[in-house]
Amino acid sequence: MGEMTLEQVTENYYDVLKELGNIGAGNAMTALSQMLQCKVDMKVPQVRLLPFSDVGDMMGGEEQIMVGVFLGVEGDITGSMMFLVEEESAKHLIRKITMGMLPEGTEFEEMGLSAMKEVGNIITGAYLNSLSTMTNLKIIPTPPALTVDMAGAILSVPAIQFGIFGDKILLIQSQFYDEVELDGYFILIPDLESYSKILTSLGLPVV
Amino acid sequence: MSEIIKVGMADLKTCVSPNGVTTLGLGSCVGIAIRDPVTKIGGLAHVMLPDSTAIRNGHLTVAKFADTGIVELVQQMEKLGAKRSRMVAKIAGGATMFSFQGGASPMGQVGQRNVEATKAKLKELKIPILAEDTGLNYGRTVVFYPETGEFHIRAVGKSETVI
Repeated sequence: MGEMTLEQVTENYYDVLKELGNIGAGNAMTALSQMLQCKVDMKVPQVRLLPFSDVGDMMGGEEQIMVGVFLGVEGDITGSMMFLVEEESAKHLIRKITMGMLPEGTEFEEMGLSAMKEVGNIITGAYLNSLSTMTNLKIIPTPPALTVDMAGAILSVPAIQFGIFGDKILLIQSQFYDEVELDGYFILIPDLESYSKILTSLGLPVV
Repeated sequence: MSEIIKVGMADLKTCVSPNGVTTLGLGSCVGIAIRDPVTKIGGLAHVMLPDSTAIRNGHLTVAKFADTGIVELVQQMEKLGAKRSRMVAKIAGGATMFSFQGGASPMGQVGQRNVEATKAKLKELKIPILAEDTGLNYGRTVVFYPETGEFHIRAVGKSETVI
């Protein structure tokens, strides 16, 4: 089995990631529900393969303020993963997880962001765990980094990594609800060497 | 009535005064604004990666890369009547959005590498850089007006600056 070349990264690869993404997002929501100790309902995740130009529009515009949690992936596969939540959804999550200790308007100060990083850590961890179980590959997340900024700017990070292979980005949008509707997005970005490992582990032919 | 033309990610657009060009939420990407002050023809490229020659992809989106994107923008401006010898540039973006991004990963320094590649290409084309707002750790929205050459930069939680 040789390493896949860039030309071989086809629709087939995206279809596989779509399936993995669906299952991963489901697991992540279960973890969130346990952490919040309340029922969290989730719509069927929407998996989208979008041209770069459409990504910002989908998230409410390139200037929509979002919270991005970004972490590296090590072990049998390498790459990175991102979880994004829209500003108001993030504030709601932060208030909930800090059990009302933070006064309104202070959610994005140090304590709130630290709590949000933990939320991101747990749900991306659950997502990667399910990927690890399905593929039987060792997948270890590195400690996450967090930023609050414009959607376009945050998304430039995964977009650049997808940009090496093509002109589109694969997003898993999961809408979930507790008392309010929350919008979150997952983006998994395996490095080139990891594609063939993921495909092979799922029993798919690697050219 | 003047119009502000939007440039997407991995995209480029030209414009003629009084129109302007904008791109929203530049992160590690770099926005390159070029202008011919005599004809007031301008343009903006939003490039994602430094070097097209490192990519062995059959299909090449020229606006995605600093090297090919800048050349394409200059050529499109020339077609409109701009003169390369008069062109001047301003650049913004190239941030490191996440703190550990600067690690050992080759992708880590991509913002900085985008800025370096942009400067190298502009130097090669003998287009001077009059001003820049690059690096650091936050996103930028930019608007460029070829009438005056003003490059407006907005960031979350900061007041607008003009370079």
